[in-house]
Amino acid sequence: MSTRLATGGRRLDRSRRVAFTFNGKRMQGHPGDTLASALLANDQMLVGRSFKYHRPRGIVASGAEEPNALVGLGEGARFEPNQRATTTELFDGLSCISQNHWPSLETDIGAVNGWFARFLPAGFYYKMFIHPRPFWKHVYEPFIRRSAGLGKVPNPGDPDRYEHFHFFCDVAVIGGGVAGLQAALAAAEAGARVLLMEQTAHWGGRAPVDGGAVEGQPVVDWIDATLARLQDMPHVTLRNRCMGAGVYDHGYLLGYERVSDHAPGSDAPRHRLWRIRAGQIVTATGAIERPLSFAGNDVPGVMLASAVRDYAVDYGVSAGDRTVVVTNNDDAYRTAITLKTLGLEIPAILDARQQGGGALAEEARGMGIRVENGKGIAKVKGGRRVTGVAICAQAGEGAVLEEIGCDAVAMSGGWSPVVHLWSHCGGKLIWDEALALFRPDPAQPPRGADGAGFVLAAGSANGALSLGAVLADAHAAGQAAAEATGHAPGATPAPQGTEDTEAPIAPVWLMPQGARTALRMKSWLDYQNDVKVSDVQLAAREGYESVEHAKRYTTLGMATDQGKLSNINGLAILSDALGQPIPQTGTTTFRPPYTPISFSAIAGAARGPLFQPVRKTPIHGWHEANGADFEPVGQWHRPYCFPRGEEGRHEAVNREIRQTRESVGLLDASTLGKIIVKGPDAGRFLDMLYTNMMSTLKPGRCRYGLMCNENGFLMDDGVVVRLDEETFLCHTTTGGAEAIHGHMEDWLQCEWWDWKVHTANVTEQYAQLAVAGPNARKLLQKLSNDDLSAEALPFMGWTEARISGIPARVHRISFTGELSFELAVPAGRGLALWEALMVAGEEFGVMPYGTEAMHVMRAEKGFIMIGDETDGTVIPQDLGLDWAISKKKHDYIGKRAQQRAHMADPNRWKLVGLETLDGSVLPDGAYATAPGHNANGQRNTQGRVTSSYHSPTLGRGIAMGLVHRGPDRMGEVLEFPTLDGGILKARIVDPVIYDKDGEKQNV
Amino acid sequence: MLILHCPCCGVTGEETEFHQGGEAHLKREGPGSSDEAFHTYLFAKENPRGVHFERWRHAYGCGKWFIAARDTVTLEVYGTYPAQTHEPPPEIREAITAKRPGWRWRAFA
Repeated sequence: MSTRLATGGRRLDRSRRVAFTFNGKRMQGHPGDTLASALLANDQMLVGRSFKYHRPRGIVASGAEEPNALVGLGEGARFEPNQRATTTELFDGLSCISQNHWPSLETDIGAVNGWFARFLPAGFYYKMFIHPRPFWKHVYEPFIRRSAGLGKVPNPGDPDRYEHFHFFCDVAVIGGGVAGLQAALAAAEAGARVLLMEQTAHWGGRAPVDGGAVEGQPVVDWIDATLARLQDMPHVTLRNRCMGAGVYDHGYLLGYERVSDHAPGSDAPRHRLWRIRAGQIVTATGAIERPLSFAGNDVPGVMLASAVRDYAVDYGVSAGDRTVVVTNNDDAYRTAITLKTLGLEIPAILDARQQGGGALAEEARGMGIRVENGKGIAKVKGGRRVTGVAICAQAGEGAVLEEIGCDAVAMSGGWSPVVHLWSHCGGKLIWDEALALFRPDPAQPPRGADGAGFVLAAGSANGALSLGAVLADAHAAGQAAAEATGHAPGATPAPQGTEDTEAPIAPVWLMPQGARTALRMKSWLDYQNDVKVSDVQLAAREGYESVEHAKRYTTLGMATDQGKLSNINGLAILSDALGQPIPQTGTTTFRPPYTPISFSAIAGAARGPLFQPVRKTPIHGWHEANGADFEPVGQWHRPYCFPRGEEGRHEAVNREIRQTRESVGLLDASTLGKIIVKGPDAGRFLDMLYTNMMSTLKPGRCRYGLMCNENGFLMDDGVVVRLDEETFLCHTTTGGAEAIHGHMEDWLQCEWWDWKVHTANVTEQYAQLAVAGPNARKLLQKLSNDDLSAEALPFMGWTEARISGIPARVHRISFTGELSFELAVPAGRGLALWEALMVAGEEFGVMPYGTEAMHVMRAEKGFIMIGDETDGTVIPQDLGLDWAISKKKHDYIGKRAQQRAHMADPNRWKLVGLETLDGSVLPDGAYATAPGHNANGQRNTQGRVTSSYHSPTLGRGIAMGLVHRGPDRMGEVLEFPTLDGGILKARIVDPVIYDKDGEKQNV
Repeated sequence: MLILHCPCCGVTGEETEFHQGGEAHLKREGPGSSDEAFHTYLFAKENPRGVHFERWRHAYGCGKWFIAARDTVTLEVYGTYPAQTHEPPPEIREAITAKRPGWRWRAFA
């Protein structure tokens, strides 16, 4: 039985009660409880099932390292899987469920896996699911997908609020234990701006539980006094419930603050992501106790000795009436002494060390506790709960000397400094043989821009294990951090803390050291992923010598706890199996975050309408007021079409096309990129940028141009306008403006920096309206006295004119194939011009058309669209655009690449039109099949559809596509399988389907 | 997230302000170059463990390209300088030599 003691529990408010439910069962705790302590107080030791064998698992730890006590927390949209009970503060109304079992926690069918454990060793998945091959898709994969993953995905939508917070400081101290407090104080006394973060709700860390004195005062008093001093300092920021999640390049630090997880319903954000730039980072992250590897060390009731002590002191909870302590170091004696003092029974302390412990061992003996040196646990008795232990000699193979009844086991395999944050950004570790632990190597810290280290480890995180050593180390770290950020350290010496004289630890990686196979197969290393000593040994035998390979083969340390308990024990077993020292094996890579952080915190406010900025044209408001159906184009929102009344999209698009083809339509083309290129060398520069010759373009004329990258692939297109001798205006695609401007600057600044050219992206400075259709000129002349006749302004020319009194640049360019004018006016006059055109155009039935009508009309004309006909692997020659590639130019960007053998190969897929035999619309992206099959058993292909629409003009489907030697195969019929299993037949035709001779646009 | 100093506008900013542009000091190969030379120019990029020269653009600042000499292992930045040069300036080379005696990168040392 685990239970609440009558007294004790320094964190509890025993005067109040808090109600919560676990698997629907009503339970009670006190304010100050964690979910884990409250579960234990309610005798709920069994809290989950393991991942692979579905073994019953209980609470092992009391902090962030907990591997077993993962619950699904909350309900509905606020449900969250895999929440650690040990770091979840209890609140009234909390509801949670245990995970990875069916039908219930107590009766779990999956536990049959345990009976076959012999046949489910490390690498089982890789060995088992290979043959026969077809089984993978139909049998194995569906099965594995069902059983993979812990916990359930919450329902979509997160009703809570999250935010990012940017912060700058000289020194960021991670960890609010005694080391963190002292390091922060030392840095702050030197004048540094300090941020101190503590992941739990409490300051002081483990020290109050472990006891000791500072400057002759109880450590608890020192903690309170130091905290008060820090709170009084204006240049110190303190944050609890805020975890140092990750350390990144050059002093970038992520903090994860759980602002209101413990107080649901408050109006504060739920989580806050701190994006911190710190001059120096002090990791005072403490140490984590290691389990011992003995058979049955995963039976509920086997816990870390420090956790047993924490629950007793902090929460007044006993894990059991009779607790056997098993250890290889002196610290676990504190647990025995604490429990005994509380009146609980310690049937025995099993000390694996032949020589036994030091002063603490004497103290325990003095209290009448039985201490057995050189002994260990051969086996834990019990299934869902510890009922006893079988004792053996640590030096032997596990022959049982005696059985002792007990209901809890407190184990300690020594302490491992929390080196994660030190290691995230490249800090190296050294193996401390005497203390049997990895600690930060001060000679190899993570380095900043200046090449100097920017992380200092302090206290237990640095391998200092006694209170006195911790304070001295932290004081030095705080002073050094302040000094590194330009603050002369103060003269105050480090406070004097208790120095313990403990007997040395004896590394114990397996208990007993010669454990037979049957015992090793029950000795758990990774509780969450069910990795045992025997699995790691098997991996070593099968040749997985690298610790990174062994990790992935066995899944050791790959669970949500990322091996906080298991890693050191696992790599020690691996080292032993490989016959090499531990430092040679090394550790796996420590990656951020330290413990999982919520996706919502990472997203912060950037979701919904704030996910990214929306760019709007000057006419956007009119579109909204006139029922535009918008679609995103890059960051712009453009009208897809303007449905009227009950009209659907398709009808609206057809109506807009008919109106434009028959009379006149308006398009808001303001999103088109507009880049001014100016200077004596502008023509020469554009000759390099475009495949065509631009330097010969006359002022007053326009020319369609293609832009390729150095790989030869088409990246953008648009009309280039020569404004005057030195000035060009380059139109780009809507999505390409910024990238193309960057591309120009790249070449100007880094390659041809002596050329006299300036560029300016003026995309948003102009509104651009296309007036297209046979009545376009009539409409414009109604609003203008300037001569816009074919003679005055021929096709591909431009002129300045006043339209409705607004100064405009009028281009005779056409993307629809109709008589078309594109009017560029200052952005602020765009709406006025648009409205004037709408009014004046009434007699022609003028109406706006959207992007879809524009697409259909350009496809009817066989005009390509960047991103439809191109995908980064298409060269202009593939699209039959050889006419736009200058033969006269010695060089342009992409020319050399287009001469490479594969680019000049006649067997490339090339652009053609595709006409379905039955008039239907080909699916966009459909592939044309070719005879035979490829190596993967898939049909061979010979082409694909790049654009496909219903053409109201022709009354049938039209499409363009890239087809193997397409232009040489006019009239051939290709077969396109459709998703519903049918086949569509289409004939290869000319891509220009409408007005091939261009008579309509050139009038 | 590196911290870089823009030598053009003098601002020291963090990586989100800048845009990385690959290996620096490339010599462009155009028409007339051999297949091998062109292939090397386009695809055979340096990927050193240690001293490296990279192009960066102060994309959310002054918009200028510059070159950063930095260490891919320690993340130390030895210096930054404007892109309008065919080789690292002497003071940058000296700064690297002070920290990494005997360094080599392509033809530079």
